[in-house]
Amino acid sequence: MKPFEFHRAINSDDVFKHISTTSKYIAGGTNLLDLMKKHIHEPNTIIDLNSALSNTIEQKNDGIFLGAMTTNTKVTENTIVNKNFPLVSKAILAGASPQIRNMATTSGNLLQRTRCPYFYDTNIPCNKRKSNSGCGALNGHQRMAGIVGTSQNCVAVHPSDFCVALAALDAEVFITKTDSTTEKIPFKDFHRLPENNPEKDNNLSDNAIITGVFIPNNNFGNTVSYVKIRERDSYAFALVSVAAALEIKDDKIKKVRLASGGVAHKPWRWFEAEKFLKNKKASRDNFIKAAELIVSKTKPLPNNTFKVTLLKGAVETALMQCLTNTSNG
Amino acid sequence: MSHSKNENTFSRRFFIKTSSAFTALALVPHSIKAFYNDIKETYFTKKVVLPIYLKINGKDYNLNADSRTTLLDLLRENLNLTGTKKGCDHGQCGACTVHINGQRALSCLSLAAMMQGKEITTIEGLANGDNLHPMQEAFLEHDGYQCGYCTPGQIMSAVACVNEGHTKSIEEIKEYMSGNICRCGAYNGITNAIKSVAK
Ligand SMILES: Cc1cc2nc3c(=O)[nH]c(=O)nc-3n(C[C@H](O)[C@H](O)[C@H](O)COP(=O)(O)OP(=O)(O)OC[C@H]3O[C@@H](n4cnc5c(N)ncnc54)[C@H](O)[C@@H]3O)c2cc1C
Ligand code: SF4
Ligand code: FES
Ligand code: FES
Repeated sequence: MKPFEFHRAINSDDVFKHISTTSKYIAGGTNLLDLMKKHIHEPNTIIDLNSALSNTIEQKNDGIFLGAMTTNTKVTENTIVNKNFPLVSKAILAGASPQIRNMATTSGNLLQRTRCPYFYDTNIPCNKRKSNSGCGALNGHQRMAGIVGTSQNCVAVHPSDFCVALAALDAEVFITKTDSTTEKIPFKDFHRLPENNPEKDNNLSDNAIITGVFIPNNNFGNTVSYVKIRERDSYAFALVSVAAALEIKDDKIKKVRLASGGVAHKPWRWFEAEKFLKNKKASRDNFIKAAELIVSKTKPLPNNTFKVTLLKGAVETALMQCLTNTSNG
Repeated sequence: MSHSKNENTFSRRFFIKTSSAFTALALVPHSIKAFYNDIKETYFTKKVVLPIYLKINGKDYNLNADSRTTLLDLLRENLNLTGTKKGCDHGQCGACTVHINGQRALSCLSLAAMMQGKEITTIEGLANGDNLHPMQEAFLEHDGYQCGYCTPGQIMSAVACVNEGHTKSIEEIKEYMSGNICRCGAYNGITNAIKSVAK
């Protein structure tokens, strides 16, 4: 690592007093330190956000607010989260390891960088690491690459599981900008596609801070599921994952959410399939049709066509699991 | 006389030659050093040393450490507590697992500077004098290791796993121990050891 100044900020004003073009924020550190050891990030100043931002979970009338510094473990152990938003716990618990979840924070999880192997290998060109240097993955290994929304400049995917659940549940990201103004960004618009500037993962403005994430109430109850397919049973990033949530009334699907990880540069919502399932019967036949519709929208790369098959199975499984989870819950 | 005169002449010449050579030698490194320092100041940031106070295995420490120091390096390099192991140094193996304020965490991805006022427990802090911790005993009993390199991390993680209550079944133990990789594949011994303590 390159030497850096270290500042423990006490509030957001104090955070902004120490920012510069070469400063970086640290929360749990599980992604930033890894990247600093590989010289992918080389900040001159590190600003510790832990004492500056909230680490509490607050129940509101219309939903729940997760402070930016809440650890992933704390979120999964929260009784309100588990009662009203079980999809969130399921997704978080499908990721990383207990040690990492004890350290990783809500905001850090949103802002973690891709796990594209070429992004990590400084000997190989990567547009995300260095603008206009090329893309190692375009003609390389593509197991960890996307199958939807990729560009000629970058085919990487966002690695988070937590974010897939947040995308499915229409969460909002709360932000404070450097001029102290605040804004809320709907989750589906927070992360972005690579297009011509893959160095940008999301739409957060420079040095703005995430103060928390809000999840609105829903009627999905336990009719939710998170299916994650990976290289081993645990402690590995998703090849593909599916978050599904159903609200069923009078034998019909009143509301449905379907989102995926491991397929795109952002947590991906399958809006067409959601529309297709609305007002239909919650049957395996319809679930299979929805899965077929979903895979018809994908554009795999030459070396990751297998992910389409995985995805199809994962969508069907997730929707079926929603039904069994309801009866169990 | 002539002999001594010659000797004197020789030594004077010798003195002049060698002293100028020494002067040159003394001057060159100095200017190189100054030049090097200039370059260093322009291109490399100076290391930053921070005061850190924390508690490790019940003992208070007041230390000064480079801002880049991870908790793992602080333990191993600065304090000679080498029980905690460095496997991957990138959060992928769990060999460096310690408890921070009672929760298991990876010391390789923790900055020492962020441990201000925290309580750390390492493998050295588990035993009570000569009496091993029940989990240490169980690892011995159930052959929970082969080469032993991952073992301190496994044991720290295992103690936390039991405290958290994630030991209802072998499957649950395996899932909640998945952050600790064992190259020797002693997994069955490890899960059996944990199961025996959990009961
Ligand atoms: C071996 C390994 C396996 C993993 N497996 C998984 C997995 O299967 N699934 C999964 O989802 N994740 C996985 N992770 C990733 C892990 O979840 C992330 O590293 C973690 O969530 C990042 O959170 P953090 O608080 O540690 O972030 P940090 O490393 O502290 O920060 C990450 C980035 O966010 C920025 N940042 C943090 N907070 C704020 C804020 N409030 N405002 C503005 N910027 C901020 C930092 O500047 C930094 O750039 C894995 C990680 C490792 C090391
Ligand atoms: S896919 Fe994106 S992150 Fe991976 S090498 Fe190409 S540009 Fe870099
Ligand atoms: S050394 Fe820390 S996880 Fe491998
Ligand atoms: S005992 Fe050798 S790595 Fe686990």
